[in-house]
Amino acid sequence: MKDVKDEEILVKGGRLLGCPGGLRAEGDILIRGERIAGVGRGISSRGRVIDARDCLVAPGFVEMHAHLREPGFEYKEDIESGSEAACAGGYTAVFCMPNTDPPIDNQAVAQYVFARGKEVGLSMVLPHGAITVGTDGKNLAPMSEMARCGANVTCFSDDGNSVSDSEVMLRAMEYAATLGGLIISHCEDKSLSRGGQMNESYFSTSLGLEGIPPEAEEISVFRDICLAEKASARLHIAHVSTAASVELVREAKKRGVLVSAEVTPHHFSLTDSALLTSYDTNLKVNPPLRSAQDVKAVLEGLADGTIDVIATDHAPHAPHEKEVEFEKAPFGVIGLETSLGLVVTKLVDSGILSLEEAIAKLTISPARITGMERWGYSTTLAEGDIANFVVFNADEKWTVKPEGFRSRSKNSPFLGWELKGRVQSTIFEGRVVFERGEVFPGA
Amino acid sequence: MCLLEERGGFSFVCALSLAVVAMGFRARAKILDSDDIQRILKRVAHEILERNKGSEGIALIGVRTRGVHLARRIARAIEEIEGGKVDIGELDVSLYRDDISIRPTPDVGVTNLDFDVTDKKVIIVDDVLYTGRTTRAALDAITDFGRPKVIQLAVLIDRGHRELPIRADYVGKNIPTAGEERVKVSLEEVDGVDMVEIGEGELS
Amino acid sequence: MAGEAKNLISIADLSKDEISGILSLASSFAEVLRRPVKKVPALRGKTIVNLFLEPSTRTRMSFELAAKRLSADVVNFSSGTSSIVKGESLKDTAKTIFSMGADAVVVRHQSSGAPQMLTKWVDCSVINAGDGMHEHPTQALLDLYVMRERMGGLEGLKVAIVGDIEHSRVARSNILALNKVGSKVLLCAPRTLLPAGIEEFGVETTVSLDEALGWCDVLYLLRVQAERIEGPRFPSLEEYHENYGLSEKRWDKLEKKPLVMHPGPMNRGVEIASSVADEVEPSIAGQVAAGVAVRMAVLYKLLSGSVSSERFEREQ
Repeated sequence: MKDVKDEEILVKGGRLLGCPGGLRAEGDILIRGERIAGVGRGISSRGRVIDARDCLVAPGFVEMHAHLREPGFEYKEDIESGSEAACAGGYTAVFCMPNTDPPIDNQAVAQYVFARGKEVGLSMVLPHGAITVGTDGKNLAPMSEMARCGANVTCFSDDGNSVSDSEVMLRAMEYAATLGGLIISHCEDKSLSRGGQMNESYFSTSLGLEGIPPEAEEISVFRDICLAEKASARLHIAHVSTAASVELVREAKKRGVLVSAEVTPHHFSLTDSALLTSYDTNLKVNPPLRSAQDVKAVLEGLADGTIDVIATDHAPHAPHEKEVEFEKAPFGVIGLETSLGLVVTKLVDSGILSLEEAIAKLTISPARITGMERWGYSTTLAEGDIANFVVFNADEKWTVKPEGFRSRSKNSPFLGWELKGRVQSTIFEGRVVFERGEVFPGA
Repeated sequence: MCLLEERGGFSFVCALSLAVVAMGFRARAKILDSDDIQRILKRVAHEILERNKGSEGIALIGVRTRGVHLARRIARAIEEIEGGKVDIGELDVSLYRDDISIRPTPDVGVTNLDFDVTDKKVIIVDDVLYTGRTTRAALDAITDFGRPKVIQLAVLIDRGHRELPIRADYVGKNIPTAGEERVKVSLEEVDGVDMVEIGEGELS
Repeated sequence: MAGEAKNLISIADLSKDEISGILSLASSFAEVLRRPVKKVPALRGKTIVNLFLEPSTRTRMSFELAAKRLSADVVNFSSGTSSIVKGESLKDTAKTIFSMGADAVVVRHQSSGAPQMLTKWVDCSVINAGDGMHEHPTQALLDLYVMRERMGGLEGLKVAIVGDIEHSRVARSNILALNKVGSKVLLCAPRTLLPAGIEEFGVETTVSLDEALGWCDVLYLLRVQAERIEGPRFPSLEEYHENYGLSEKRWDKLEKKPLVMHPGPMNRGVEIASSVADEVEPSIAGQVAAGVAVRMAVLYKLLSGSVSSERFEREQ
């Protein structure tokens, strides 16, 4: 066997994003072993050459909000299929939410997920830990135990089971801060959203579906900001979806609260009117698709930096779970493989963000918020860095088709859409794990 | 409103209408004029009275639309000859047609039989007898209203091409036709003029 | 010329002309219902499945009778006896029904949108007989039929709809239908029962029943759907009756009595006082009678000219 350490790959002729200085200069990247051995022009190598002409090269994307469903719901997705979807989407690191069965509320499950991710070897798979035991909102989960284990969990969330008891949330923030950790909050006042199926509006009334008022989210965003401010703790607001939520985060940041926020591609690409007459359960998400005014505010929040991160909330569900009455269908859509296309089509092409700004929200920002530096994960494309990057064509158009997904589930709201911007190759730890539609499993 | 003479001959009309897409009726010859029609209806009235030995118990049921007006005129003629009154009804046979599942939704018109048909001498009146399918539908419809003593059929024109074992008891005029030909009956009450023409193309 | 399967899911899908078309067709069928033999062979050979997954007596019977008056074969499939209780999905149930050669499925379901979903899974006509809080199109059509018969026309007619607007599919279908035919609609309810964005339907709203009574030609009372009302909407049925019930006092005070309508079943003592209910009973019975004629019109319109049974045989 050849010595992997010396194996060379040359990525030639792409324009490099994210290198120091942020220039979009044309250049080559030489990979030797798992690291970047050289960045510059006119590099040559006797090893494999990846032609990156017409393409951009960016640091590998970091997904800070995904559901890989293992353990417990492998019929929807598992760490292997989820990792394949991730590398097909240009991601080299994926954080997965703890709502598995058993939930990730102790070091054993956290360690299992982490180890399984390493075994699959297509992307880093890093678990978020639960805030409370069983994500039931009562007793704090052993955060420090999860932090100390090999998975080195530092972000905690009860995700969809948002912590309703304000004291528990306050103590969780204080305790996580003690460990240098981060609380990620899915903001939802369940007493207001109870029974809700979609955004409360003319459209919910027209479709006869119970509404989820924007206030259900906003009350909770406001509460968690208050608590984080009191606790001087870091807080990350998951999937911001309403205008008032964006404004609350904006004001809090101005005051110096340690708050960050994310938005999903479906929340910046779609409005509640999309549901009209179709009752398409692939449009059933939580928080729900909001009004056109909310989407406008979210776009403004992305543009002015209020919203730091683009995260997909990748939530696979099997066809038999989604092909049911709207009220019976679970919330959630897959997103790992369409995010780049939506970012280019909806944000860059429409002038909301520059390509550099948009890519930063998929790379530098989530890496910073989740503390990826502790893994030696770099988002700079510099010599000596571990080679995690993505080669993509920002001009290539493609149509979203169910058979094109690597994810085990096909519940995308974007089926049939033509998107611009497609991943050509993904390099993870010096290996080409995805190229032109094909996944190359670990050695 | 499109009057497809005998409403039953659908497959045929359909094929033909494909051949003469968007072409209306083109008359080739006028067969009957107003006076002819007047004379014929008077004769039919006499024949009805003769065959039924008077107007006692007679009910004329016109098949919508032109059959209804013909029934009224025959009734008037009978009353002029005999005095006395005969019952007149209007019948829409849409719901009894045998081509409902292949024809686009037709309008369902008014049916108005405000007398009991049981034990009556019912005479179905229609303008043109063609395949016989409309008459079949009318027979079924009438028997759902009761049990007439006898049912007879009076038509202004018999143009042949029967598809069912049906024969008229009173025929105004026999007009031998080719399959692709059309017979157009115009009545003053509906069309502003009384005449019968033969020609080609879709009737409108 | 096999037509597309034709469906009736929402009043929103019908044009003004189509609504008038159905109403005049219904008049013809009302005449059929006065005949000695109240049955015509129009849909002979067609199979209609009544898929009623939510309890219903009058709508199911009305559809069944309508289908039988048109000589169609009717199969009833209701929640208590079906394999749905054994956990079969709606999709599988729908496929089964279609494989049996149904030409139309009449569906009543507690989930909004279920009939719309069925159209994706079956190739026959789907008729919405009430879905969740979404719509009940044939109810609205029969209500319009009754209003037209009783009031002489619909253009400019002033209709007040009173009660639990939020949970009412009947209200939604009626609002859409009345808007299309040029009637004026005033909704009357406490604010807790007026859903979000209702003003965008092009209707006026009021919280005062007396204002509505003084204004309307037709008073449409909705049933208070205790089973759908979750959370605190009003303190008690007594208090609801006090403020929004058609009491004897309110009724007697009216100089010009409006036509009172109700989709049934009535909660006496809640939306209407028992004595007033007795007085307006005939017009409500008229609604029920009109239901059969209107549903015959709908079935006839959707199923005549369709060849789904033949298509089905070809596909086998």
